Amino acid sequence: MKKGVMVYVSEMKVGTSGKVTAIKATSMIKKRLLAMGLTPGTQFKIAKVAPMGDPIELNVRGYRLSLRKSEASCLEADIVGND
Amino acid sequence: MHKIALGGNPNSGKTSVFNALTGSHQHVGNWPGVTVERKEGELKIDSERFTLIDLPGTYSLSANSLDEKIARDFIIDKKPELTVIVIDQTNIERNFYLVLEIIEMGRPVLLVLNMDDEARKMGINVDSDGLSKYMNVHVCKTVANRRVGIDVLKEQILSAVQRQNKPKVLKFSEKTEKIIQAIEPFFKDHDPDLRRWFAIKALEKDDFLQELVGEKAYEQLSQKIELIEKSIANETDILLAEERYAVIHGIAKEFIKRMLTEEDRERFSTKIDHVVTHRIWGIPIFAGIMWLMFQLAFYIGGYFVDAVDYWFSRFGDYLASVMGDSMFSAFITEAVIGGLGAFVVFLPQLFVLFLFISFLGDIGYMSRAAFVMDKFMHALGLHGKSFIPMILGFGCTVPGVMAARTLESKKDRVITILVTPLMSCGARLPVYALLGSIFFAGHEGSITFLLYMIGIVLAIIMARVFKSTFFKKEETLFIMELPPYRWPSARETFGQAFRNSWLFLKKAGTIIFAAVIIIWLLSVFPAGIDAPPQDNYIGDIGRTLEPVFRPLGFEGWEAGVALTFGILAKEIVVGTFGTLFTGQDFGELAEFAEAGLKGNLVQGLQTVFPNAIAAFSFLLFVLIYTPCAAALATIKQEIGWKWMWFTAIYLFVLAYGVSLLFYNIGILFI
Repeated sequence: MKKGVMVYVSEMKVGTSGKVTAIKATSMIKKRLLAMGLTPGTQFKIAKVAPMGDPIELNVRGYRLSLRKSEASCLEADIVGND
Repeated sequence: MHKIALGGNPNSGKTSVFNALTGSHQHVGNWPGVTVERKEGELKIDSERFTLIDLPGTYSLSANSLDEKIARDFIIDKKPELTVIVIDQTNIERNFYLVLEIIEMGRPVLLVLNMDDEARKMGINVDSDGLSKYMNVHVCKTVANRRVGIDVLKEQILSAVQRQNKPKVLKFSEKTEKIIQAIEPFFKDHDPDLRRWFAIKALEKDDFLQELVGEKAYEQLSQKIELIEKSIANETDILLAEERYAVIHGIAKEFIKRMLTEEDRERFSTKIDHVVTHRIWGIPIFAGIMWLMFQLAFYIGGYFVDAVDYWFSRFGDYLASVMGDSMFSAFITEAVIGGLGAFVVFLPQLFVLFLFISFLGDIGYMSRAAFVMDKFMHALGLHGKSFIPMILGFGCTVPGVMAARTLESKKDRVITILVTPLMSCGARLPVYALLGSIFFAGHEGSITFLLYMIGIVLAIIMARVFKSTFFKKEETLFIMELPPYRWPSARETFGQAFRNSWLFLKKAGTIIFAAVIIIWLLSVFPAGIDAPPQDNYIGDIGRTLEPVFRPLGFEGWEAGVALTFGILAKEIVVGTFGTLFTGQDFGELAEFAEAGLKGNLVQGLQTVFPNAIAAFSFLLFVLIYTPCAAALATIKQEIGWKWMWFTAIYLFVLAYGVSLLFYNIGILFI
């Protein structure tokens, strides 16, 4: 994936890192994403995809976070690197 | 008595701290009006007595979920003298988000920096003195699951309660503080201590404020916030989360030293995860762990079941020999001892299952299992975490229902509990084996497998039905931490299994005990203990039920009696047929054969079920109908009377419908 391109987090491949640019979600999802530290500007890496393709695992703020693709699609990010 | 609250993130070790502080002085109940578990414990420090209330483990206090609302309302409304917040030191930044939110309420807090051993190993060093001075709060370090630092924690609790220090207000950026000040006047008629907190909640668009300030003022407030959002080109709820993390970043820079890189710290868990949640190996490993769990539960549990059975009947025989032959002695030896035996006999297997569950939870595997299974479960209208309770249901419905506690949303919890009885439990197996060997000789295995599959398919269908009828709009989240793998402490893991077993004994035990006694009384009155059961009330029940069950193909009153007894425990269905047809109460066909009574039993059953279609109709009914008293009692304890009755009735109706349909279509083909 190309650096600097805007994508939805749900579309990112394992091993790519990104930086959150926007959150477009219902209040419940948004509040949880914010509480878990996915605020705009936060860097994260896609660490894993579950065996059946969903949910996914992110490394963010020094811990592992799991979320469904539907929840990840509420997050927009810029690609900052590939493994 | 001082009232203190205990809060913290999930996986922070909050439960260990609770156990370390209160020991065995705990009461488990529900929060008023809801089905969220409420634990309360007592402790004494010097001569002061404290009640410690365990708040639900949450990541934040936005009042988005029931758990968060309960925790928040407790701190605001009940004004505990102190809120103890447990923090996982290995993940301090995210844990601090909750700390900041609680501090915003302006009430005294104490920070417990837990998992100090792991933090050291990971090269994380928190300057707790510096932090304490900076935030004006009490801080102490613990390894709660190994009971390290608990004495200091107790001293700190006492001191914090006596001093009642208010934590320092951690200021955000100047721009944000101005915005908060602009909102505060909306709350000028309310508690000045909470004004800043209300303003922050308003900026987070928390709708409980609508009630607080009234509709008109709330509208003005919303307009004001809209204007602010336009002027800063950001949403205020996002702004506040950013500000909190900025404060946390500042604190971390000042007071936390990290000797290792993130990669080095996480190497161990990453390695395990590489295998455990692997794209190909993830599911087989999960299946293997579940298989092992059942093998052990039935192997170890089964060994004890025989022992418990043996000693209870020895004890009963002994009492009978001492007390002689009277109605009272029969009541004691059969009803009371039998009633106790009926649920104590479950305990060994239950304990092993509970032990497995708490072990898997403590090492951090449970959230991985949910991660691996979520896609599948979500498609069924359930949650990844629903899988474990349902799997447990194949062993016994009771631990299955109890394991549903890990589900965060009420919707997921209730639906999971409602369908778990459809997972064919171990106690139903003897019924399949008995009828299978008589009516489907040579195909018992296939028949049993078919019944299990029908149970699963029905569970899937019912989950979908409940989701779209009772819980149409509720959305549930899978946004959660996958905690690092940790080596559990034997004390915590065993303690949890003991507590769950005890809870089962205490809550379910009384109901099962009562049910056994009632049914015993029905089977010996009015004609007396030596009369055949059909002359007593139970016979009347059987005869009353006979026309009810006739459309399902059951000829004769014995089926109704067996099914009524089956509510005590499903395997009793076999024993009841035995008693009714042979006068002997054995558990398996082989035992009847040994006693030379097989012929009577087979003949009896062939009268009740004239053909294989009727027999299968009965098996379907046993698979589906009202779960046993122990399961019902557990459902009542977990989600209340209303859902217990609902489960009992819906499963009866479903069983009736399925058997009726099957029988009436089936007989067309013979």
